[in-house]
Amino acid sequence: MIDTENLTKNFGNVRAVDSVTLHVDGGEVFGFLGPNGAGKTTTVRMLACLVGKSSGSARIGEYEIANKEDQPKIRRMIGLLTENVGLYEELSAYDNLDFYGRFYKLAEQKRRERIEYLLKLLELWDKRDVAAGTFSKGMKQKLAIARALIHDPEVLFLDEPTANLDPEASKTVRDFIVELKKEKRTIFLNTHLLDEAERVCDRVAILKTRLISIGSPQELRHSLSGRRVKVQLQHVDDSMVAAVKKMGYQLGEVTANSIVVSLKDPENENPAILRSIQSAGGRVVFVTEVGPSLEDVYLKLVRGE
Amino acid sequence: MDLQNAWNVARKDFKIYRRKPSVIYATVAMPLIVGVVFPLIVDYSMSRGAKSLTAAAAPGLMDSFSIWFIIAAAIIPTAIASYSLVGEKIQRSLEPMLATPMSDGDILLGKTLSALLLPLGALYTGSVSFMVLLDTFTHGLLGYNYYPNWHIAAILFAAPFAALLSVEVNVIISARMTDVRSAQQSGALLMLPFVGVFLASELGFFELNDTNLVILAGVLAAVSVAMFFVAKAAFQREEILTRWK
Ligand SMILES: Nc1ncnc2c1ncn2[C@@H]1O[C@H](COP(=O)(O)OP(=O)(O)OP(=O)(O)O)[C@@H](O)[C@H]1O
Ligand SMILES: [Mg+2]
Repeated sequence: MIDTENLTKNFGNVRAVDSVTLHVDGGEVFGFLGPNGAGKTTTVRMLACLVGKSSGSARIGEYEIANKEDQPKIRRMIGLLTENVGLYEELSAYDNLDFYGRFYKLAEQKRRERIEYLLKLLELWDKRDVAAGTFSKGMKQKLAIARALIHDPEVLFLDEPTANLDPEASKTVRDFIVELKKEKRTIFLNTHLLDEAERVCDRVAILKTRLISIGSPQELRHSLSGRRVKVQLQHVDDSMVAAVKKMGYQLGEVTANSIVVSLKDPENENPAILRSIQSAGGRVVFVTEVGPSLEDVYLKLVRGE
Repeated sequence: MDLQNAWNVARKDFKIYRRKPSVIYATVAMPLIVGVVFPLIVDYSMSRGAKSLTAAAAPGLMDSFSIWFIIAAAIIPTAIASYSLVGEKIQRSLEPMLATPMSDGDILLGKTLSALLLPLGALYTGSVSFMVLLDTFTHGLLGYNYYPNWHIAAILFAAPFAALLSVEVNVIISARMTDVRSAQQSGALLMLPFVGVFLASELGFFELNDTNLVILAGVLAAVSVAMFFVAKAAFQREEILTRWK
């Protein structure tokens, strides 16, 4: 649904986005993760045909972002939640949505139904006639999301939808994104929150001007350092440690009652490891997989550049 | 260009102005002064005994008062145009609007309409009041109704171009301003050439007769068309998002 090839943007001498090549499938929730200034907003603006590319190419569906004739068609098929909510504070929630609905030429009746549907969905229907300026940040963000959805777009770009929200409002918004996922919409989610990406995204790309890594949250986690298993024991002694080492495994932290083992494939390797620990006299209490968290991966990748 | 889109933008602005009394005051103040206060001044100057306005001097006074409709046309849209553009910039509401299928031209046209229609409505209403009051006041002195005449017709023909020029100048200025007040102040500078023309005619450098007024209107029309292209160049999606600070 979204394809980019060596997409690049320069602002004067500053390269904001450098040779980004990626593919997002229809119906996929794609996380675009990166620190401040990584180029997330700039990428989305290029994809939404708001700023031109410097080089490379990108397509949304069958439309080319650089093609003047395709641009209005792209804008018609996408919804964009901008970094800043940009609501009309003096207008009511209803009027804010109605204003946008008209640009997509939704018929009066259809528009009214859609606005009602969205406002009810986001629990803002009771406040439909209240000026948006009086809303809390979370309510404004929800209203801005409703605005991006007014024409039921195939592709939805969300630029940091939970930035500046308190945990509860963040959760409401995040739950809503998960809801949207069920509608088989393609969602491109900019965020610098790993946790958020991990919770809602099918795949994640890590950006720092250039694309550093791309894959499912799990793949990313594993790609870095393999996986790790923590074996909790009643107590640990040297013979157990030696037994695991003899099998060729790297050990992580060893405490008085736990051993961390690095390995590739816990599902298949764990039984043998446990057997050797047991035969060395260890009494296993339980076995868990530990990190690295996506955060470890992210920090390592972002700093490692 | 899509008129429906442009009208949607203008309509939205009108809804916002309704909640902004300052915008309304700024729009009606000058037409009220020119349309009501100036005729009252004429009325007053006819009742000062020996120093009263004479039938020979009255038309000249009324003509020079009526020039203020052009000056007002150049000033009034400033209040709204800078408010509506810088206001959107401050609220960061241009980006979501630019993300819809409508063209830059639709937005520019909508903004132009929203800054033009109220002031022109106020001005034409003021001009009706101006003519009716002055006819009422001066009929006895002159023995005939001075208005309507070609002089004011030429002025009212030139006024929309002055207003349009004002909006365009404001679009260009607003692109570079981040607060409403300084945009308004810079936009108000546009009235200086008009006041200059007015003063020059008062001082007798040339006469603002019907012919000259029509020439003035023609010049205004030509300049406002030229400025349209400058304004359009300043109003590009990418410029707005990346250089409008
Ligand atoms: N209009 C502009 N002019 C010049 N440089 C710009 C402009 N817009 C963005 N940049 C630069 O491009 C780079 C990427 O910015 P961008 O806003 O895309 O990052 P981001 O990933 O969205 O960051 P954040 O998490 O802070 O929103 C930054 O170095 C920024 O300074
Ligand atoms: Mg950003």
